[in-house]
Amino acid sequence: MIEKAFQGSKGYWIWIACLLAVIAVGGWCYAQQFTHGLGVTGMSRDVSWGLYISQFTFLVGVAAGGLMLVLPYYLHNYKAFGRITILGEFMAIAAVVMCLMFIIADLGQPMRAFNVILHPSPQSIMFWDMIVLNGYLALNLLCGWAILHSEYKGVKYANWVKPFIYLSIPWAVSIHTVTAFLYAGLPGRDYWLTAIMAPRFLASAFAAGPALLLIIALVLERNTLFRVGQMAKDKLVTIITYAAIINFFFLACEFFVAYYSQYPSKMYTKDYLFFGLERDGLIFNNLVPYMQASVVIGVIGIALILMARSRKSDLLLGVSCAMIFLSLWIDKGLGMVLGGFVPNPFGQVTQYYPTIIELGITAAVWATGGLILTILYKVAISVKLEKGL
Amino acid sequence: MNKDRRDFLKLAGVTVAGIGASSAFHALLSGEAAASGLRRAGVVKTKAETRLGMVIDINKFIEHRGLAQRCIDACHSIHNVPDFANPDHQVKWLWTDKFEHVFVKDTHYRQAEKLQGTPVLALCNHCDNPPCVRVCPTRATFKKADGVVAMDYHRCIGCRFCMAACPYGARNFNWLDPRGKNERGNPLIRKLNRRYPTRTIGVVEKCNFCAHRLAVGELPACVEEAAAYEAIFFGNLNDPQSAISQVLREKFTITRRGSLGTRPSIFYIV
Repeated sequence: MIEKAFQGSKGYWIWIACLLAVIAVGGWCYAQQFTHGLGVTGMSRDVSWGLYISQFTFLVGVAAGGLMLVLPYYLHNYKAFGRITILGEFMAIAAVVMCLMFIIADLGQPMRAFNVILHPSPQSIMFWDMIVLNGYLALNLLCGWAILHSEYKGVKYANWVKPFIYLSIPWAVSIHTVTAFLYAGLPGRDYWLTAIMAPRFLASAFAAGPALLLIIALVLERNTLFRVGQMAKDKLVTIITYAAIINFFFLACEFFVAYYSQYPSKMYTKDYLFFGLERDGLIFNNLVPYMQASVVIGVIGIALILMARSRKSDLLLGVSCAMIFLSLWIDKGLGMVLGGFVPNPFGQVTQYYPTIIELGITAAVWATGGLILTILYKVAISVKLEKGL
Repeated sequence: MNKDRRDFLKLAGVTVAGIGASSAFHALLSGEAAASGLRRAGVVKTKAETRLGMVIDINKFIEHRGLAQRCIDACHSIHNVPDFANPDHQVKWLWTDKFEHVFVKDTHYRQAEKLQGTPVLALCNHCDNPPCVRVCPTRATFKKADGVVAMDYHRCIGCRFCMAACPYGARNFNWLDPRGKNERGNPLIRKLNRRYPTRTIGVVEKCNFCAHRLAVGELPACVEEAAAYEAIFFGNLNDPQSAISQVLREKFTITRRGSLGTRPSIFYIV
């Protein structure tokens, strides 16, 4: 089956070559970081997690987002998702691999990573995150590959796969819940110390994951004979819209609690992220344009995606999905983690700016995810087209 | 708890383990049923024999302006703390910050003039209920039986979860090689103390209450430095007869962010 990945058009190979080039540049950047230490990044004693951990957090959401395809198809027998469920599972694989790479990139002593297994510490949420992420990767590899292989052979998948499919559904919820608990369980970080964090993570995940999947599916439709189907598209629009609206509702709840109560610790970080925070006469606002744009882009995206459905416009659908995805990426892949470190335990502000090396490594991890996704989707689409599914 | 009683409890525990009521039996036997309820609520964490703590008299440091820096120098030279010039990369085991920064969430907006802007010593609080120990995925940060929150630099993977978890900004990461040199070519560790290890790149470090000095019967370096001025008291918080317990009984003290439930072991006389 994997041989399908080695038979492609010129465009396919150019795309692969581009991804490999980005990975090569990022690999060089990582060699620099490995030699000189994390001091080559923009992180500091005050903002001790940066782009790596925020990307990791966002991508856990993308991985969990595949649930929105798997659940309707396997639990509710929603047949219209039959053709794209495998895309959700394979996207989860690529996203989780990226998550693990970002964690390794963030470690000060990556060679000691296995200490997490050698000295298991169940009181640490990171221990559980390691378990749920690797477990989710294994589940999706197993289910995705087994199901596709049976399609390749022209038979129904074996019964032993079923329990694993059903297990993968709550497991998807667990990965993002546990990831939210990494942050929400820390007494000294007021921005993160909110019970709504896990629900909000899930809401944004269930919008961002399917939005990315729909964008890729539209690209596939343009370039191959693969068809998603109008019914599946419409249903995905419904899912994305509801999830995105719930995400913004949760954001509004956070704002209400902070600004109506006037509780300073709850206001500072939101001031910093959305309006600018004043300290000793200086205004700190380096993330304000992004966070404000995130809200505007997200709201416009929701309006456009509904318009795209009523007009049956694929172009508008793609654009609106990209806007929703970008909005959620800024919100969670940037502001959520970085904002938690402002102000620092002494009430002061250190602003974080990623370095070129950090951006290079980040791009390389995304390119690796893109490469994995390309290969897996190439195999899946080839099999589906060959079998006329 | 004396030794005989503990042995008896152990024996009693083993005896009733079979009927699965060991822990409840323990609590009743030791007359601590009420206390165990509090323990669950996070008010009382441990009932260990020893819990080391410190009282810092801010007034003494106002009287003796250079003392804080001497304490810091003593600490940093003994522990081979590297001197990174870049504030983003600084490693600090013991340092000073303005009073209103150290107690940023515990003070109101009109303080006595003597306190405004006064440098106050800050260090690891060696919490009785430490978030850093809870979150560490490798148990590289752990709590010793005497209450000291200690670190194993060889086990730390440098994930910095503890830095996110510490509400006191007391944890430092070696962003660059601490054994290296600064841009002027001078070693970051000015004078190497061979009695204490240097750290490697990419691990977290912090004040260890001079566990290595305590082990050989010496006081923490900062306490020794301040001894002549009675500016820092050090001892067993769980021993009612100790000098530090007496100070805490007599003086009004505050801790940093007491409302978080971390139960800091560093107290300040204002």
